[in-house]
Amino acid sequence: MLFWKSLLALPTAWRHRRKISEQLFEIGNASLLMACVLSLFIGGVLALQTGPVLVERGLSSVIGGVVGLSMCKELGPVMMSVLIAGRIGSAMAAELGSMQAYQEIDALRTMNINPVHYLVLPRLLAISLALPMLVVFSILVGWTGGAAVSALNHDIGVSFQGYFQNLREVVEVKDVLNGLAKSFGFAVIIGIVSCHQGLKTIGGPRGIGRSVTKAVVNSIVLILIMDYVLTRVLMVFDH
Amino acid sequence: MGTSHTSSGVRVTVTGLRKSYDGVPILKGLDFEVAPGEIFVVMGPSGSGKSVLLKHVIGLESPDEGQILIDGEPIDGEHIADKYRMAMVFQSGALLNSLTVGENIGLYLSEHRLKTEDEIARIVAEKLQLVGLEKLENRFPSELSGGMKKRVAIARALAVEPQLILYDEPTSELDPLSAINIGEEIYNLNQRIHVTSIVVTHDRDLAFGVADRIAIMHQGEILFIGTPDQIRASDIPVIREFITADFNLKKHA
Repeated sequence: MLFWKSLLALPTAWRHRRKISEQLFEIGNASLLMACVLSLFIGGVLALQTGPVLVERGLSSVIGGVVGLSMCKELGPVMMSVLIAGRIGSAMAAELGSMQAYQEIDALRTMNINPVHYLVLPRLLAISLALPMLVVFSILVGWTGGAAVSALNHDIGVSFQGYFQNLREVVEVKDVLNGLAKSFGFAVIIGIVSCHQGLKTIGGPRGIGRSVTKAVVNSIVLILIMDYVLTRVLMVFDH
Repeated sequence: MGTSHTSSGVRVTVTGLRKSYDGVPILKGLDFEVAPGEIFVVMGPSGSGKSVLLKHVIGLESPDEGQILIDGEPIDGEHIADKYRMAMVFQSGALLNSLTVGENIGLYLSEHRLKTEDEIARIVAEKLQLVGLEKLENRFPSELSGGMKKRVAIARALAVEPQLILYDEPTSELDPLSAINIGEEIYNLNQRIHVTSIVVTHDRDLAFGVADRIAIMHQGEILFIGTPDQIRASDIPVIREFITADFNLKKHA
């Protein structure tokens, strides 16, 4: 319901550009460093786990492709979305929950200001723009982390050059777009679930706490379910 | 939406208003009418349903039964909020904490694009001066005292140039001097723009000081509606008890 109301509010988005850019800045500012660290180590662990197995079978040259595809089609979008659900979804639910608990949203309504237009739409648009951008960043950092481990770990011993050559051969633009499409879907889930939980907060600090927990847990569960559904749907376009 | 500086009050008619939460009746069939430009005070002990009534009058809650009419039109009617300018001063102030005082006061005008930025800045300064809080535009609500927040909330309501203004416990948590200032604001505003005012309070001094008529609410029902003098002269036990209650601890010691 909130999703449809937000869609209907889309024509008013330009009017809220200042709020959207503020939210974008906040999301980027709050998540960039964490995204960088997380992605670097995800890429590294991927290389560390798969590298020796591939070396054993004489397939060490394909490690760039394995890490590259995993990062852009699965781990980049999913891990970034889980991170954003925890970091930004919780903040959205807490902020709107506190506004609900302290009658700020009632005050908006009495001024004939629609809370969906004023509060939900800017957050939803900002997260829908920010998450795919963070995923691009995450993919690039993850690839670098994988390359570093492949080159520095003696059990793998694949050079930077060899790693990225294989990555270029295997990973296509459509694979990156596949990951971005997923992350856009996940962003909408986080935005809607978090705003919905925030707006339906009842009571004081305890109610806000409950809303935050529900926003994060429900977002993550829905992200993982939608991950399967979207992967299945996007596989159709792969062939 | 109009933006003229001369407002004129609206008539508020409440008929057969009933509301229950989780099966517990809170409003038990209220009937009253508030004339345009009148200051109508709803007084009663805590928990008597006063704030719930106010939320119904401004359309934040829907009744189980009965209706609320603004100049003869149902409050839940289409475009009613576009047609009539209404404002509410919440008990907590309900200022948006992420906005400055100036942005809070100018919010209605900026969101509905009724004025230019310069005009809004001028109106904000004017309304702040009116409530005795000059030059506080750039402060955040968290930097204000309870009384200042209430006055900013009144300034925000004034910026709407309302035809109907509702006050929910406007003097609660205030010292006696601040309470008198707020009472004067309510009265002066009514005199200046003839706005219809509904004030919910359990502050007897405020009620008798500003009201044209007072309704006494008790356990979800209106026991009596009358002028301050009629209320003072009432011999209904619950009303007498409420208006004469006083600290008498030393007498019994």
